Amino acid sequence: MTPDESLLTWVPRLRRYARALAGNRDDADDLVQDTLERAWAKSALWRGVADMRSWLFSIMHNLHVDGVRRPRLATQPIDDDTPELAVAPTQSERLAVLDLQAALDQLPIEQKEIVLLVALEDMAYADVATTLGIPIGTVMSRLSRGRERLRALMDGRDSPVRLTVVK
Amino acid sequence: MNPITEAELHAFVDGQLTPERHREIEASLAQRPDEAQRVQSYRDQKRELRALFDPVLDEALPQRVLRAARPRAAWYSQRWVAGLLIALISAAAGWGLRGAWPSASPDNTLAGAGFAQRAAVAHAVYSAEQRRPVEVDAAHEDQLVTWLSKRMGAPMKPPHLQALGYALEGGRLLPGGQGPVAQFMYRDAAGRRLTLYVSNEIGAPASSASAARGGQSETAFRFAREGRLNVFYWVDGRFGYAISAEADRTALTEVSSEVYRQLAKGATVE
Repeated sequence: MTPDESLLTWVPRLRRYARALAGNRDDADDLVQDTLERAWAKSALWRGVADMRSWLFSIMHNLHVDGVRRPRLATQPIDDDTPELAVAPTQSERLAVLDLQAALDQLPIEQKEIVLLVALEDMAYADVATTLGIPIGTVMSRLSRGRERLRALMDGRDSPVRLTVVK
Repeated sequence: MNPITEAELHAFVDGQLTPERHREIEASLAQRPDEAQRVQSYRDQKRELRALFDPVLDEALPQRVLRAARPRAAWYSQRWVAGLLIALISAAAGWGLRGAWPSASPDNTLAGAGFAQRAAVAHAVYSAEQRRPVEVDAAHEDQLVTWLSKRMGAPMKPPHLQALGYALEGGRLLPGGQGPVAQFMYRDAAGRRLTLYVSNEIGAPASSASAARGGQSETAFRFAREGRLNVFYWVDGRFGYAISAEADRTALTEVSSEVYRQLAKGATVE
């Protein structure tokens, strides 16, 4: 497999994670694009990278954390009047989706990242620790707090999530 | 059996325990409905997160992502080049004309690098054109000047480079980062093209005005190259200039000096 093919194979998973992190398609793809460009800029290092996934997700993590800290360009959010861009889910799916997405967005970023890496990537805890550059004990405590908070939010306890769209 | 730690409970959810420990905890949970319910809720979370975001895996990749995933031969289409150019600027000895040595502010440097990148892309795109390299050709230079000056909001007269072997072919208007930019195209006797790219969206107008009048304009020539394409660029007041060609550095240096000289004389811009 040539290097560019190997990078391409990770793109769908990077996009999935980025979408969950960023919450919308444009910001997520910005993040993916930046990650890939950074990866190419550092392509001299690929030979020494034992775990490509961890390396790529680590780049994305750093960019995302930097991006969140930096003030962002004002963007126009898609509102209720915006025509559906994707296939419209059924009403009940839509409510559930908003519920989970909204709850996820209320997690602190450091908990959100770990909950997502474990859920979406099935990443081993040790790999999460490597990717995020934190001790494994920290991974476990943040995972625990993140999941519990998400559960509380989904159950409507602890600053309940309000659904913004009910149609 | 050892007591179950919180970490183990999560490792149980995620299947990251040894088979023995997994079975032990499974048995223990049967006796502890509260914990069992919590485990079930975490499993549901994972399942729902996958259901919510897995569809992304099947989406067609947007072009920009696809492009970013592939290595490119053309250096100037990559955003990291801006960073590279900044590195070049710090590393290479900038050279100034008429004793003016470079000391651009970081902001100008950044703007300049992005600008040089756009200039290089514009050169690559239009210098390859055989039939329509320009929108208005040199036979209608007066129209070209009027048109570009009007759109750029400043006098835009192409420098004359015949003495250096480059004849004006014409020019065109292009979109820059925020507004219009002008591109002048030249060619030598062998048909090799050279472009001058002029943008008025670089520096802050206030500082440039005073700098220009006070003669303190901090002009720094910068150079970038990749393969055969060389780019000289500089920022003068609020204007950025980039000269791109597949000429060697010495020849391009000569052209840049001449362009700068003509501009400084007020023959063209400002």
